[in-house]
Amino acid sequence: MAASLQRNLNVVTAMTLSPVAKQAKASLPAVTVRGLSRRFGEREVLKSLDVDIAQGEFVALLGASGCGKSTLLRILADLDREIVGEVEVPVRRAVAFQAPRLMPWKKVWRNVVLGLPGRPDRGRALAALDEVGIGHRADVWPKVLSGGEAQRTSLARALVREPDLLLLDEPFAALDALTRIKAQDLVGELWQRHGCAILLVTHDVEEAVLLADRVLVMKDGVIAHEERIDLARPRDVADPVFASIRGSLLDWLGVRHGTHGNA
Amino acid sequence: MSSIATITLSPAAFKSPAADEPARSDGSLARQRIAPASVARQGVPRWLRRLSGPVLLVLVWHVASVTGVLPGEVLAPPSTVIGSAAKLIETGELQDAMVISLSRALAGLAIGGSIGVTLAIIAGLFRLGEDLVDATMQMLRTVPAVALIPLLIIWFGIGEAPKIALIALGTAFPLYLNVYAGIRNVDSTLVEAGRTLGLSRAAMIRHVVLPGALPSALVGLRYALGIAWLALVFGEQINATAGIGYLMATAREMFQTDVIVVCLVVYALLGLGVDFTVRTLEKVFLAWRPAFSGT
Repeated sequence: MAASLQRNLNVVTAMTLSPVAKQAKASLPAVTVRGLSRRFGEREVLKSLDVDIAQGEFVALLGASGCGKSTLLRILADLDREIVGEVEVPVRRAVAFQAPRLMPWKKVWRNVVLGLPGRPDRGRALAALDEVGIGHRADVWPKVLSGGEAQRTSLARALVREPDLLLLDEPFAALDALTRIKAQDLVGELWQRHGCAILLVTHDVEEAVLLADRVLVMKDGVIAHEERIDLARPRDVADPVFASIRGSLLDWLGVRHGTHGNA
Repeated sequence: MSSIATITLSPAAFKSPAADEPARSDGSLARQRIAPASVARQGVPRWLRRLSGPVLLVLVWHVASVTGVLPGEVLAPPSTVIGSAAKLIETGELQDAMVISLSRALAGLAIGGSIGVTLAIIAGLFRLGEDLVDATMQMLRTVPAVALIPLLIIWFGIGEAPKIALIALGTAFPLYLNVYAGIRNVDSTLVEAGRTLGLSRAAMIRHVVLPGALPSALVGLRYALGIAWLALVFGEQINATAGIGYLMATAREMFQTDVIVVCLVVYALLGLGVDFTVRTLEKVFLAWRPAFSGT
């Protein structure tokens, strides 16, 4: 596995990397970020950031709007190279954005296999769509899909690439509450089945605690807090330990939990 | 801030609602029945409703001709027009003229369209292309194509070439402008998604940029066809020896208003036919777009 994990940015020898990830299945982390800075004009959005994500690890990145969490995701997705610092990510990676970003002029199944080498493989697309539970929607136009279905298609499109790293940019933010719960469960299942590393960018503390092995709280361009979640899966929102973790993370985010409306 | 909020009530606030508002003072609730769409769709079929306008127009024309309000020298009555149309079709003159005019328009469109679309793709996809092509095209587009007729005659003589060149010139610009705008307005989030899917530059153009520009390109095609027709009419006024314009010019010299009307109708029908073709193209190529059909 470690040998097959190709890397394409700023190749350095594995010896120089500090073995931060303790739960790693292999010695080489999926993601290594060292001293990463990103400026937008005068504003420094990321300030000399260090992040490691182990292979197969589920990391949630929490933070208020504008804290730089999406900027980090875009850099890891190789959508933004105006950076200072070292970034290494797996060659095989996939992204699911907040908006599904499906090509409206391609039928659902063609969207799923778009960008894969060779002729569009319908069987492969159908398998991926079945896995996310919408195989029956393979032959419709994306505009016909409901929000939840479109987001599932986007997940299928990401997973069909068998990524070593899956980047999720608030993929559930635009979904209604019920659809969101189903989609979160689905992501949990898919992660356990595929075993890829996941970076989930979100501002939903509950979602982070529900899904992640490790939660990073980002504030003003640095990782302000890191919390390992050792709760057994599937996790229960009503569990008091869950609630206390949730509370402490809200504290780190600067939200005084339990005092809503009384301020 | 005082701790007690006070509201001043003016007498106007107690006034009963205006007469045109649904009354609420008696406790009744103003309600609206939401009728199923199928009920609204009943009655006169859509195509019949659409046909009623043109039919009415012909009817008014007929009545005006019969009563003598519209003398035959000004405009021949519908019956005469139909008669001369039948005669022109019988001799084959009309068909020949139509084929010639249509092929002129299509040849011009093919040449102008290829030029416009090619330049738009070059300018749309490459920074260098934009710098070289776009400024020039934006400058040239302000020159009305029809104003170039004298120059075209000097360059190409008075045969088929200047007519086709005029149509080509007229159609190149709307296609260029719309295809270029279409390429430049492709949803950047989709381009980004394409990058994360690992699309090569060629694949990105094929699967994201060009399909994204297609709606705009088809709008351009419609404009181009409209202009092609206009250019055809202008072009056929210059020394035509065949085609609808020639038929019209001969009729003008002989004061045959019926033949002129037949030619006008043929121009209109050809225009409608071409418009129908574009609509069909839109239906086929833009099937993915949930179109607004109106009520």
